[in-house]
Amino acid sequence: MENKIDELVPGIKYSAKDFASDVDVKWCPGCGDYSILAQVQRTSPDFGERKENIVWVSGIGCSSRFPYYMNTFGFHSIHGRAAAIATGVKLANPKLQVWVATGDGDMLSIGGNHFIHACRKNINLKILMFNNRIYGLTKGQYSPTSEKGKVTKSSPFGTVDWPFNAIKLADSAGATFIARSLDRDPKHLQEMITRASKHIGMAFIEVYQNCPIFNDGAFAALTEKDSKPDNVVILEHGKPLLFGANKNKGIKLDGLNPVIIDLNDGKHSISDCWVHDEFDDNPTRGFILARFSDLPGFPTPIGVFRQFKKATYDGDYYSQIAHVKKQKGSGTYEKLMFTSNTWEVN
Amino acid sequence: MAKTVQVVDDVTVRFAGDSGDGMQLTGSQFTDTTAIVGNDLSTLPDFPAEIRAPAGSLSGVSGFQLHFSSSDIQTPGDSPDVLVAMNPAALKVNLKDIKKNATIIVNTNAFDAKNLRLANYETNPLEDGSLAGYNVIQVELNKLTMAALEGIDLSVKDKDKCKNFFALGIMYWMYNRPIEITLKWLETKFKKKPEILEANQKALQAGYNYGDTTEIFTTRYDVKPAKLPKGVYRNVSGNEAAALGFITASLKSGLPLFLGSYPITPASEILQELSKYKDFGVITFQAEDEISGICSAIGASYSGSLAITSTSGPGLSLKMEAAGLAVMTELPVVIIDVQRGGPSTGLPTKTEQADLMQAMYGRHGEAPVVVLAAQSPADCFYMSIEAAKIALEHMIPVILLTDGYLAFGSEPLKIPKLEELPGIKINFRKDPEGFHPYQRDENFVRPWAIPGTPGLEHRIGGLEKKDVFGNISYEPANHEIMTNNRKNKVEKVADFIPDLVVEGEQESELLILTWGSTYGATKEAIRNAKLKGYKTAHAHLKYINPFPKNIGTVLNKFKKIMIPELNLGQMAMIIKSRFLKDVIQFNKVQGQPFKVAEIENKIIEVLGGSNGK
Ligand code: SF4
Repeated sequence: MENKIDELVPGIKYSAKDFASDVDVKWCPGCGDYSILAQVQRTSPDFGERKENIVWVSGIGCSSRFPYYMNTFGFHSIHGRAAAIATGVKLANPKLQVWVATGDGDMLSIGGNHFIHACRKNINLKILMFNNRIYGLTKGQYSPTSEKGKVTKSSPFGTVDWPFNAIKLADSAGATFIARSLDRDPKHLQEMITRASKHIGMAFIEVYQNCPIFNDGAFAALTEKDSKPDNVVILEHGKPLLFGANKNKGIKLDGLNPVIIDLNDGKHSISDCWVHDEFDDNPTRGFILARFSDLPGFPTPIGVFRQFKKATYDGDYYSQIAHVKKQKGSGTYEKLMFTSNTWEVN
Repeated sequence: MAKTVQVVDDVTVRFAGDSGDGMQLTGSQFTDTTAIVGNDLSTLPDFPAEIRAPAGSLSGVSGFQLHFSSSDIQTPGDSPDVLVAMNPAALKVNLKDIKKNATIIVNTNAFDAKNLRLANYETNPLEDGSLAGYNVIQVELNKLTMAALEGIDLSVKDKDKCKNFFALGIMYWMYNRPIEITLKWLETKFKKKPEILEANQKALQAGYNYGDTTEIFTTRYDVKPAKLPKGVYRNVSGNEAAALGFITASLKSGLPLFLGSYPITPASEILQELSKYKDFGVITFQAEDEISGICSAIGASYSGSLAITSTSGPGLSLKMEAAGLAVMTELPVVIIDVQRGGPSTGLPTKTEQADLMQAMYGRHGEAPVVVLAAQSPADCFYMSIEAAKIALEHMIPVILLTDGYLAFGSEPLKIPKLEELPGIKINFRKDPEGFHPYQRDENFVRPWAIPGTPGLEHRIGGLEKKDVFGNISYEPANHEIMTNNRKNKVEKVADFIPDLVVEGEQESELLILTWGSTYGATKEAIRNAKLKGYKTAHAHLKYINPFPKNIGTVLNKFKKIMIPELNLGQMAMIIKSRFLKDVIQFNKVQGQPFKVAEIENKIIEVLGGSNGK
């Protein structure tokens, strides 16, 4: 998995162009999906896979048009079912690298059950969830990640439902690589995608994505130059949690409570700050981090929340098959049909 | 005292007791032995939806019926000649089904005040004369079993559990069967529990000896071996046969088998059975729900596997949206629907044929699929292979209908040689030159281009496709072309299936048209009616969509067409609407299969009465 493509297949060197299909891209002008597509195409040559071994599976929604634009194998399926279909694709041929392109409605609402179970089983899939906190394709109803009180076409008086926090959900359900990025931060997004491509197990990336038509500016505070430093904390393994214009603010952990500290107040220093450990196998800290985006005044983390090694469903399934074959030998029709409970009529 | 031996042609026995009494086990042991002795046979278990209803209660009665014969038989028998009743509840529930002069072997130890009350008996039926006319044989099963197991180091409770083997021993003696097959089976089963093994073996032997020595048994019955075609046989239930069929199709096609499935009665055994065959590389994905069951299968099919999903009626409803996707993406997938009494949870352990309309027309949009139906437990083997073959060779979803009666019932399968079974041709597209995902061959079949094939990277999905090229198309005329392509592809399958055969009296005025599990009862009913002078023709549909090409000609030959089915007339409606034919409906929705006599009486009514004249 760690191999570069030119080591695997001497002579093949892909560029981003090789991963662009000849289909016209039809998202609305200014849609954040364009950036996500560009970053995937740019990083695909580094996945270490021949392009015929890459499959993109999607459900329904704006984001789910994604496979049409990738010059790999692609399957645009039905609403919510991408994870289930991708599971079948991967299990039937574990040599394939299987990606899921999905949205907040597709994956967390109608596809919620498939999502949590794919995480639970730690199936070797990479899920890229475009979160625009709205239903775009159906023209503007609230989604399971819309903030409480949001006024939309289907909530003229504001929603009364609480939103899902996708990172918390993915981690609790059992995903083994959990990350978040922004459509407007190409470098960061590229890094997350490349790292997910190398992960063995269920990799989940939530990408905050702007929908200029139905939910414009939903993430502006996180992406605009002047507000970003105060509202985003970048998670880097082994580094302290710092944010603010001059990295003048930090976060320390007081028991289980995160506290924002001012590094210029003379009372705190960088050594008070929480140092991020993305390999932490205790989920508690990851959970506290995931809550930042729900806590007023706290910066939203982007980066890898957690990643760890755990046996994968597909890996274990094929080991079991190999083990049984070793014990019993490969199956034959004779072994199948002529068992001990047969009798002969002459 | 001398015991007489009476030769009989045909016997139906039913074992009945609490769900905890081991009746299914007892029944299947009697079945295995009977098969090896060489009788033709057919079995049907009957168990409650509750896993362990209170002991002794009416709702907890579990039964196993076995029909065996020295000639060819098709059903598990209408009414038992012998009932083994382990307690009052078992007697009460089953008494109405058995023959008027049947033999009843009862466990008198279970007829105490508590059990009588649980079975709603006000007086003890063994004493109040209500069983006059039956040949009641009272056996103190608990007491005799205990005595036989004296000296074995087991608890009273464990010893008591052996009483079903005592009863089985008596039955082996009565029907002159060897006990060795069961003794040997016990050895493998309880290899690691020597006390339990010894106790069960002793109970079985003691039961047999009891029959031999006590005076209450005066007659033994002999059922001579049937004249079955030469070959090697094994007894299979419909679910087991389906699983074996799918694996055989995997061997025939050279494709790995993938099952995506969610447990549901009465289809779960297909999942369980297939999960045993890891040495065949079978992947059984126990999905989080029915939808994931079919979706994972569609994904596996896309990757190049023989993909199956198994379910029953409510699950089929959940799978329908995805079935539409399989129609649209033209991927091969077999959906096996083991029908049960519906709607909703309905009668989950009972049988019905009421999903026909759902299978035919239950999807959104114009979404035809191939629909097949198996006719007997052993036929589930052949129809599973056939369903896989059609799906794979025509790149199409196939719904295979079976039902609870076929799934749980069993009969001998004459094991064919692998070469005797039809080949399955797989043609993965390899050549990128001129490749278009929706270019069709003369049978409207598109190429199967699986991931991993260099140069064939392409995208498919649920949106309408441009004819030939497969990219998204919203063109009005193209949608009509594609809708017709999908329909033509299903209809083209008719070129590859056998003609409808008319059995029985070709010159009769009455044709009985059957489909699915009503085959056996109808066949026996026609045979019985013929003996009484009523001559009937019979045609059986295994291919429902498309129908065999000659069906119209067949239907036109007969003045009257009768369709017996376990629903309110679904096949009748299809036949009426498609062929503008008048149909005599004969429907039953009691969760039970047709009895032979019911169909026989209907034939007599139609041919002999004023009906239709
Ligand atoms: S509706 Fe919103 S999410 Fe959808 S394509 Fe347009 S901008 Fe993008």
